[in-house]
Amino acid sequence: MSEIEGIYAVWLREAKIYIREKERLVSAVISPLLWIFGFGAGIGTTIESVGGYSYQMFIYPGIMVMTVLFTSLFYGIYVIWDRKLDFLKEVLVAPVSRASVFVGKMLGGATDAMVQVIYLIIIGLIFLDVPFTPLTIIEAFLMLLLISIAMVSIGLVIGANLTSPEGFSLVINFVMWPMFFFSGALFPVSNLSPWLAAVTRINPMTYGVDAMRGIILGINHYSLLLDTAVLMVFTAMMMGIGIMSFRRM
Amino acid sequence: MVIKTEALTKNFGKITAVNELDLEVKEGEIFGLLGPNGAGKTTLISMLCTMLRPTSGKAWVNGFDVVREPGKVRKSIGIVFQQASVDDLLTGRENLQLHNLLFEVPKAVRKQRIDEVLSIVNLEKRADDFVNTYSGGMRRRLELARGIMHHPKILFLDEPTLGLDPQTREHIWEYIKELASKECMTVMLTTHYMEEAEQLCDRVAIIDYGKIVALDSPDALKNNVARDIVKIKQKIPDIEKIRKLGYVMKAEEKEGTLYISIKDASLHLQDLLSNTGPIDFVEVRRGSLSDVFLHYTGREIREGDAEGGFWERMMKR
Ligand SMILES: Nc1ncnc2c1ncn2[C@@H]1O[C@H](COP(=O)(O)OP(=O)(O)OP(=O)(O)O)[C@@H](O)[C@H]1O
Ligand SMILES: [Mg+2]
Repeated sequence: MSEIEGIYAVWLREAKIYIREKERLVSAVISPLLWIFGFGAGIGTTIESVGGYSYQMFIYPGIMVMTVLFTSLFYGIYVIWDRKLDFLKEVLVAPVSRASVFVGKMLGGATDAMVQVIYLIIIGLIFLDVPFTPLTIIEAFLMLLLISIAMVSIGLVIGANLTSPEGFSLVINFVMWPMFFFSGALFPVSNLSPWLAAVTRINPMTYGVDAMRGIILGINHYSLLLDTAVLMVFTAMMMGIGIMSFRRM
Repeated sequence: MVIKTEALTKNFGKITAVNELDLEVKEGEIFGLLGPNGAGKTTLISMLCTMLRPTSGKAWVNGFDVVREPGKVRKSIGIVFQQASVDDLLTGRENLQLHNLLFEVPKAVRKQRIDEVLSIVNLEKRADDFVNTYSGGMRRRLELARGIMHHPKILFLDEPTLGLDPQTREHIWEYIKELASKECMTVMLTTHYMEEAEQLCDRVAIIDYGKIVALDSPDALKNNVARDIVKIKQKIPDIEKIRKLGYVMKAEEKEGTLYISIKDASLHLQDLLSNTGPIDFVEVRRGSLSDVFLHYTGREIREGDAEGGFWERMMKR
């Protein structure tokens, strides 16, 4: 009971701050819009349809994954700020297990990301005519939540182990961009050169993008079952590492 | 013993912040740690509240080993850190609400406790403002309110009243005393204010370079070392004659003024003056803890001084 209240307390604090920081809400809407309408529409004029969909539509699931990926990973930087401002001490000295502190933070980060997902779904429905059904919306939401939890965990691990925000940005860029580029978010993973195919195969995000494309557009490279299984194992591993690094903090 | 340490040591690389320290604090006691900057007070408290792992030695808080049973230790304690740890982006009340959740305050009394502690620190009116609009002293008060809200068995206060106005300070001393006696709460506090140590503490440990150099009640400490100081100004002082008097512990001349240390001025002042001959000026100063401090550490402790301490950090924000 007290652990649940501890998780709730940590999450509540994150959620309150998120709602109050208007800049975060605004940037959450703008960056995916730029990708879809800037990048997607621009490249889309030179690329013919992929798998029967316009390029813009083809990358829409990938942009969703990307948005969740970026927001979730970057969330780890707030741990560094918390520590700089010493707020974290109050939580760390409380009689709440570090696992609960971690889970509270993790849910806080996932909340950020999922608010963005809701924007994206609305944008997709209104401007792109994405063929959503109520069921696929729920499936997509859950899949993105899973991805978000994994990525927030990675961000928190990095945040817990570093002390400067600059260092964090540097490290996170090395994680974020490869995960994004080699995930098939911007291109289909079939017909790739062998080495690129190998890289995409070991990148867990590939399975996230594939699952999302399968759910929303019905284009699958792997089976949805495999995608989900890979992501679940990956997420569990990242959470485990996250809890361990919070214990050492 | 509510707090006990055995050869407790913490090294930071080459620096030994706490050096084989043995300490026992009784239940219900208000125990003061007095020491200059860098003496190791904060490090000691951090180890006792399980935030830092000792390099060697042992410590028990409320009967629990701080290394092996940190969870149980945490359930028994409240702490006010030297550095502000209230959340700027929340209101005062929200900070307290989170604390209620984190420290398992029973649901039924949560609201009441919040109102109670807010009124103790006189923050009722500002409770719903964001903490980043508070003054330094108001933050400090909020933090104190938070530390006592869950009625801990042992309360650690790291320079609790630094930067507060005298009125609030006395208000808080009173409240700490009351809590300690009514709820049999044990308090361990660090301070640079001599007055605080004298007024509040049952016993005081003077720490220097991570070691206890003296430990006793403030009065006993003063009796052992500090004495009354008689300041005399006269035309032709005869120091040698004064030094020969049995009750004079020390006599020095500085800038035309004679400083004479006596065990108890009330007994010997008359005799002293009859031996000095005609004088222009006399003043008697009661010995204080700062004399004790000077005696044991060879350094002055400047009241309210905290180089690189809490206050500086507060002002930088
Ligand atoms: N995290 C740390 N890393 C390295 N050295 C440290 C660390 N924390 C404290 N020290 C060192 O340990 C010594 C004791 O520091 P501590 O903060 O315990 O002193 P303090 O008695 O609380 O001083 P103050 O009155 O200034 O608060 C100092 O020399 C300090 O430089
Ligand atoms: Mg200190």
